[in-house]
Amino acid sequence: MTDLKDTLKKLISLPGLSGYEAPAREVIAAAWQPLVDEISVSPMGSLHGFRRGTGPEPRPSILLAAHMDAIGLMITGFQDGLLRFTEIGGVDPRILPGLRVTVHGRRNLPAVVVQPPDYLLDPTQRGKSVAMEHLFIDTGLEEDEVNQLVSIGDLASFAQEPLELSGRTIVGHSLDNRISVAAITYCLQELQHMLHAWDVWAVATVQEEETMGGGFTSPFKIDPTVAVAIDVTFAKGPGANDWRTVGLCKGPTLAWGPNAHPYIHKKFLDVADQLEIPYQKEFAPRHTGTDAYAMQVTASGYPTMVIGIPLRYMHTPVEMIAMKDMERAGRLLAETIVRLEVDFMEKITWDEVKDEE
Amino acid sequence: MKNEEILSQIPEIGEGQIKLLETLSNAVSVSGDEGEVRAIVMEALKELADDVRVDALGNVLVTKKAKVENPIRVMIAAHMDEVGFMLVDDEGEGLFKFEIVGGIDNRQLVGKPVLVGKDKLPGVIGAKPIHLTTADERKNPIPLENLRIDVGPGNSKKCKVGDRATFATRFETWGPSLVGKALDDRLGVATLIELLKHTPGNIELLAAFTVQEENGLRGARVAAYSMHPDVAFVLDSTPANDLPVWDEEENARYNVRLNHGPAIYRLDAATLSDPRLINLLTDTGDELGIPYQYRQPGKGGTDAGAIHKQRGGIPSVSISVPGRYAHTAVLIARREDWKNTLALVYATLCKISKDLFLADR
Repeated sequence: MTDLKDTLKKLISLPGLSGYEAPAREVIAAAWQPLVDEISVSPMGSLHGFRRGTGPEPRPSILLAAHMDAIGLMITGFQDGLLRFTEIGGVDPRILPGLRVTVHGRRNLPAVVVQPPDYLLDPTQRGKSVAMEHLFIDTGLEEDEVNQLVSIGDLASFAQEPLELSGRTIVGHSLDNRISVAAITYCLQELQHMLHAWDVWAVATVQEEETMGGGFTSPFKIDPTVAVAIDVTFAKGPGANDWRTVGLCKGPTLAWGPNAHPYIHKKFLDVADQLEIPYQKEFAPRHTGTDAYAMQVTASGYPTMVIGIPLRYMHTPVEMIAMKDMERAGRLLAETIVRLEVDFMEKITWDEVKDEE
Repeated sequence: MKNEEILSQIPEIGEGQIKLLETLSNAVSVSGDEGEVRAIVMEALKELADDVRVDALGNVLVTKKAKVENPIRVMIAAHMDEVGFMLVDDEGEGLFKFEIVGGIDNRQLVGKPVLVGKDKLPGVIGAKPIHLTTADERKNPIPLENLRIDVGPGNSKKCKVGDRATFATRFETWGPSLVGKALDDRLGVATLIELLKHTPGNIELLAAFTVQEENGLRGARVAAYSMHPDVAFVLDSTPANDLPVWDEEENARYNVRLNHGPAIYRLDAATLSDPRLINLLTDTGDELGIPYQYRQPGKGGTDAGAIHKQRGGIPSVSISVPGRYAHTAVLIARREDWKNTLALVYATLCKISKDLFLADR
């Protein structure tokens, strides 16, 4: 599946910040086009790919949602040829000094986030992690040119190029959550040579990092039987080793908690066990911080589930994932979908569900 | 030589020079491991100099004879090394603890891609996800002991403890700017190579491409001893610190300013420059209309700190290309400042002679 790796690398070389997802959406639409029967764009900008099932009408349907938006920065002001900025999505200011970005002005400008020397900073910032409002973006251009090319509200995206590290790991920005878009694509490729009774909606949602606007709206039109969010989860790594973290390259995660319908959870678990697809449990005692949180309460509510892909260094420009985890997630989705019988939902009774382990 | 003649002979900064600077900037030469830059320098020096040798520490020492009898012997030094890292502990699964070589603010490390070892294996310095941090935690820098270089699981055999690493920044030009890592002091190295290609005939040029500057000016110290020059010029890059001040008052405490020409040192933490050399530089700049600026007296230092106290004392001065954000992943300098640095040093060399010593310091 080298073409999928290429698509992924293309996806994580694009901006597509929350609210401005078009560059990512175009690449995803091109990748999904041959794998779905219909493709459309929602009023919010989410991409909806529809793949018809083989069951009798009215067919149940499963919605697979992965958000395609990325975190980044937005320009707020000018000072002596340098730019002030704020964040789109959650950005730890400690990743910012020295960060390579692209400022999307009248043309794309390469630039870097810079930290003034301590003695020029507010005394409260000296020797500390410098708050975002005290940092600048430097384009290397002279003041008059900067003022001409850049406006307040222009976006700045992370410019880190994709890297292939060993262990078939990929490093780059916005792997949260474009690796999950890749997992859905992998699933669609698998389904090409499988029979599935249910309809499948592949959805690349918008604005997850800011408002969950895509997650709240896409299920309304689609009205699926089951909605599954595929999103990244915390891989163990430097500074991250507690119960909230899972192993990198140890398989996708199955979420357990209020955003996961216990019966849907069990279905994925059973399929993974049956096919010996490695997986990990993710315990999410409150909300999952994924589109499932939104989709669950759209309209009159939907049964939801969250499949996680372990990712190290989340919300940094050097997010790291293992391709193996993405492939396993894609395969688990496909194998579960083909095992959804037409009357699957009728068999769900809350009493039957047993807590595992 | 007449001023008009000097002006007509000043070497240019063209695409070839930018290309060489790019090659030098992208090379990895952390203090104590300067081999890659040394090889680039040696290649560039082929057929340029009368005598090229590599000393016990790895300095490249070049002698270029004068075209006159009994010339003044001028040492010009530029350091080949850069700040970086050494892997010091293998924790398995591609994760390495590392130490900093030279001065790098911890706050500049997080989220950076790096190159590790001779094979330039890609790696990254990541950070704990923001979601798992507290607001208080985010106010404090991540201490070095909590950071790791990560080359990916299963890659441990391709790099090992003891390997050097540095920022993976690739050189670029952005409008009027030169942008890259280690331009402190690859700008100096590239300038010195140009001076070897275009050496005024009135001097014996003793060019020292030094090692371990960032580790305590150690290469320059021994280079100055063995070269035994009459005077020394040191070419470096100094942090501009010309950004706005937090309270929006005028920044009167900049170190130097971009676009204001080469920075001449009077006083830094290690050296009081020889006023005869300072005056020669500024008189030359004034006469020929080459812009220059004084670096504000203060902290920091260059190879001059080691050179001027060598043997019985060597009159020395430093000239820097101003650069923003030295010792981070990205340094930004202006091409125009580099051009004027080369011009000022070249013109000054045309004018220097032993008459300099007619006056006592």
